[in-house]
Amino acid sequence: MKQQSNWSPYDNNGGTCVAIAGADYCVIAADTRMSTGYSILTRDYSKICQLAEKSVMASSGFQADVRALQKVLAARHLIYQHQHNKQMSCPAMAQLLSNTLYYKRFFPYYAFNVLGGLDNEGKGCVFTYDAVGSYERVGYSSQGSGSTLIMPFLDNQLKSPSPLLLSAQDAVTPLSELEAIDLVKTCFASATERDIYTGDKLEIVVLNADGIRREHMELRKD
Amino acid sequence: MSKAAVDVPLKGGFSFDLCRRNDMLSKKGVQPPSFLKTGTTIVGLIFQDGVILGADTRATEGPIVADKNCEKIHYMAPNIYCCGAGTAADTEAVTDMVSSQLQLHRYHTGRESRVVTALTLLKSHLFSYQGYVQAALVLGGVDVTGPHLHTIYPHGSTDTLPFATMGSGSLAAMAVFESKYREGLTRDEGVKLVTEAICSGIFNDLGSGSNVDVCVITKGQTEYLRNHQLPNPRTYINEKGYGFSKKTEVLLTKITPLKEMVEVIEGDAMEE
Repeated sequence: MKQQSNWSPYDNNGGTCVAIAGADYCVIAADTRMSTGYSILTRDYSKICQLAEKSVMASSGFQADVRALQKVLAARHLIYQHQHNKQMSCPAMAQLLSNTLYYKRFFPYYAFNVLGGLDNEGKGCVFTYDAVGSYERVGYSSQGSGSTLIMPFLDNQLKSPSPLLLSAQDAVTPLSELEAIDLVKTCFASATERDIYTGDKLEIVVLNADGIRREHMELRKD
Repeated sequence: MSKAAVDVPLKGGFSFDLCRRNDMLSKKGVQPPSFLKTGTTIVGLIFQDGVILGADTRATEGPIVADKNCEKIHYMAPNIYCCGAGTAADTEAVTDMVSSQLQLHRYHTGRESRVVTALTLLKSHLFSYQGYVQAALVLGGVDVTGPHLHTIYPHGSTDTLPFATMGSGSLAAMAVFESKYREGLTRDEGVKLVTEAICSGIFNDLGSGSNVDVCVITKGQTEYLRNHQLPNPRTYINEKGYGFSKKTEVLLTKITPLKEMVEVIEGDAMEE
């Protein structure tokens, strides 16, 4: 019997991320619990990182890989600013993130990302990724341990009942900013009830024409 | 009388007939169904007048909470209760079974059940199943010989202790007990300590959560305090609520008439 390896370079620190794009805003949210196995490492860890003026990334998975990924993207953004004398746009950052992830195709970053921001026209945009860089622009997305609980609910509330009426290409939700924040809070309160890796505190970041704003909400701590 | 070879199923025990087939299936990549485990914190302690048992109320299926308010303190006899951790079906089945056996024994002897009787019945059952019945129990009660508290492990070993914890949250709870336990606690002090230990499990162990159940057993009286504490209310409720659009869309209407398959001929009624 061939001996299986009993050391893994990866660990899953749990957590859930959500992003919703609106006509002129984008909401990015993540819980702040970091765990390993059945234990909690900390109740106050931010999974959200602002990569550029109008790009905010939330990542769940293995936080050591997430931190390394954030550093690589920050460095690449700095180089871009030196070379082009401007900030990277959100679609450009989306492509960069995809390429960075695929670069490590054969020893991946164990990171499940959602990138949110405002595109060149000021409209909200959300990009959703898998661990090796496959990405798509969407109107809303969730990743992480609670995503299987949250995604069907968002589909129910935000997607039309039939793909014949509204195709997935129309990637912006008709909700107002306050309605979207309300929806996000409900999603997390519900996911916290049923997912053991989600909880403690919710961090919400809102990007709009006026700039960037942060909000917090308490979640169940059990 | 012909001695036909009839396959009578063996009495009792597990049938391992499907093991080879399960092995073959798992090699082909078929996942076996998961069990519902109570990733749990259960505790018990002996105080001045008897025994106090405590438990959390979360039942998990892997990373998902299957039941937010299940009952982990099981009835064995009017003076004996048992907390269960491990596979939910196993703890439920084994405590129900021994509870029935104890009742029959009470009828047979005409006496109140003793904790050591429940202990012996449970441990011999678990040992005979060689650990396959995954039930880890904290058994407590008060009988004529006094208050008793025992832990029972899935393979059938037991310990007799003044305070005990089991389940995935046992370390968190034991940390509290080891710091604050002393002999001769009063009822209120005991309930407070048990609640603190369970809360420690609820907040620090991801396999435990929701509410605190407590059971106080003394000579002649048992108090089952279901949901003694509810330290985890839902944090956000939208007043408006969320509805589901009741629109059903008619995509296509097509009427297919039923085809006649059989020709019905009016015939004469059959004559006898």
